[in-house]
Amino acid sequence: MVGSEKHKSLQVYVPLAVYMVLLLFPFYWMTIVSFKPTTDLFKTELNPFWVQRFTLENYLYLFESTEFSSWLINTLIISVVSTALSIFCSICIGYALARLRFPGSNFMGIGIFLVYLVPPTLLFIPMAQVIAALNLFNTYWSLILTYPTQLIPFASWLLMGYFQTIPKEIEESALMDGCSRIQILIRIVLPLSVPGILSAVIFSFTLCWNEFLYALIFMSSGAMKTIPVGTVSDLIKADTLFWGSLMASALLGSVPVAFIYSFFVKYYVSGLTASAVKG
Amino acid sequence: MLPGLTLLGVFLAYPFFLGIWLSLTDTRIGMPGEYIGLWNYIDLLEDEIFHQTAWNTMIYALVTVPFKGLMGLGLALVLNNHIRFSNPIRAFVMLPWIVPTALSSLGWFMIFDPVFSPISWLMTKMGLIESNINFLGDQVMAVTAICWVNIWRGIPFFGISILAGLQAVSQELHEAAAIDGANKFDRFVHVTFPHVKGILMISSLLSVIWTFADFQLIYVMTKGGPANQTHIFGTYAYQVGLSATEIGMGAAITLYMFPILALFSIILLRYMRKQQ
Repeated sequence: MVGSEKHKSLQVYVPLAVYMVLLLFPFYWMTIVSFKPTTDLFKTELNPFWVQRFTLENYLYLFESTEFSSWLINTLIISVVSTALSIFCSICIGYALARLRFPGSNFMGIGIFLVYLVPPTLLFIPMAQVIAALNLFNTYWSLILTYPTQLIPFASWLLMGYFQTIPKEIEESALMDGCSRIQILIRIVLPLSVPGILSAVIFSFTLCWNEFLYALIFMSSGAMKTIPVGTVSDLIKADTLFWGSLMASALLGSVPVAFIYSFFVKYYVSGLTASAVKG
Repeated sequence: MLPGLTLLGVFLAYPFFLGIWLSLTDTRIGMPGEYIGLWNYIDLLEDEIFHQTAWNTMIYALVTVPFKGLMGLGLALVLNNHIRFSNPIRAFVMLPWIVPTALSSLGWFMIFDPVFSPISWLMTKMGLIESNINFLGDQVMAVTAICWVNIWRGIPFFGISILAGLQAVSQELHEAAAIDGANKFDRFVHVTFPHVKGILMISSLLSVIWTFADFQLIYVMTKGGPANQTHIFGTYAYQVGLSATEIGMGAAITLYMFPILALFSIILLRYMRKQQ
């Protein structure tokens, strides 16, 4: 018994430890750098893998001398509104594709999936022209209206799968009792699809929070930036790199998605693997 | 359905066709252009930087996939055991995949910094090198570093997807195979692997499509430098189309991605339908 335990720790815990170090080292590094005074970074005689003099000055600098708090609020507003808008549209599209038979509904299912694969890099140049024509540069709307193009396809696809698992009979009997399609959707289908909707919400929110290219182009004025763009473009100064505050900002910008994710890990994973497993 | 489809129409279909039109003109920012036919595309074929860009993109999207797949499979096999604290561990290993790539790339940017790199520090202390390594300073090393960060980000995606497949393999199947005298390796090849083959294939195709069209990782780590040697389609189009204001040319660069993206998307779609 002792032998097999030893065997297991060698075969499981050693590789697990290697993976953990490999995957988590950058986060560890960012954390310790964010708590060090800048002068300590230059002292090569100090062990860089540990904090010798703990300080919060980088975080204070971030909130007092940069526009980090505005970036945080911007990112939050844009992510929440854009997610809400996308989920609303996706519920309608997903339900229509799952239940209503109309000419071309099959073809549309495939179309939605293909649209999911269209990357922002393919469209950002003409998209910038569209945003300019609509006068939306440096407004929340520029991102709130464009993010759903990335979110709706996946969320609709995911929700369609969930709606299809709900037995048709329940809905048919409700139809007989005189409920309208909208009532059925709100009273029967949605309560039964909470896990699906939750994974769509988490997925969409994470994608909005993490988006970089559109935010970089459409939000160019300092106070309107999102956290990823603000951190990358405003905190990196050509002459001296403020590594501490740079890492502090990168960490704080990562915490919300990590936090949400750790609470809903099950839903996120089921969303992530939905296409692959159901495929 | 209408609001959703309207959004998709205005911000997806219209820009797509606008992009095709722009790529056929010599439009610059603030200057309406004129129709010039396929000249943007032809000019790019003679552009040295574009050749390097196309080559980098292929390496970045294709060469990294087997590494992500193998390391992800390893991770999934490890996580599929009964481990203590398995839930928090699963949450932690996903971090590279779920946090904003632009921000985690900044962490790597510092790890590969010519002055502050902890790798250089460690190697100097061990007496392996005399002076710090400039990881992002030359083409081969910079592309390798970028590919590594890309692999690092992709391992959890492959790992967790494959894990979902592994958990669908019934224990009885393994036991039956063991009774029939199959050893661990045989069981992996004949019982486990057929169950995850489909997921591995779909994850790989998705990964190729996403990585092919990546932007932020490279924008943060090298901005395409040194001397334009580490561009991929996305970053080069950004530089030409927006920084250098040649919108028409930039649009042409992005549209060079289209046939390859379409090809991989169709393979993926066909594969998924065959599985059904």
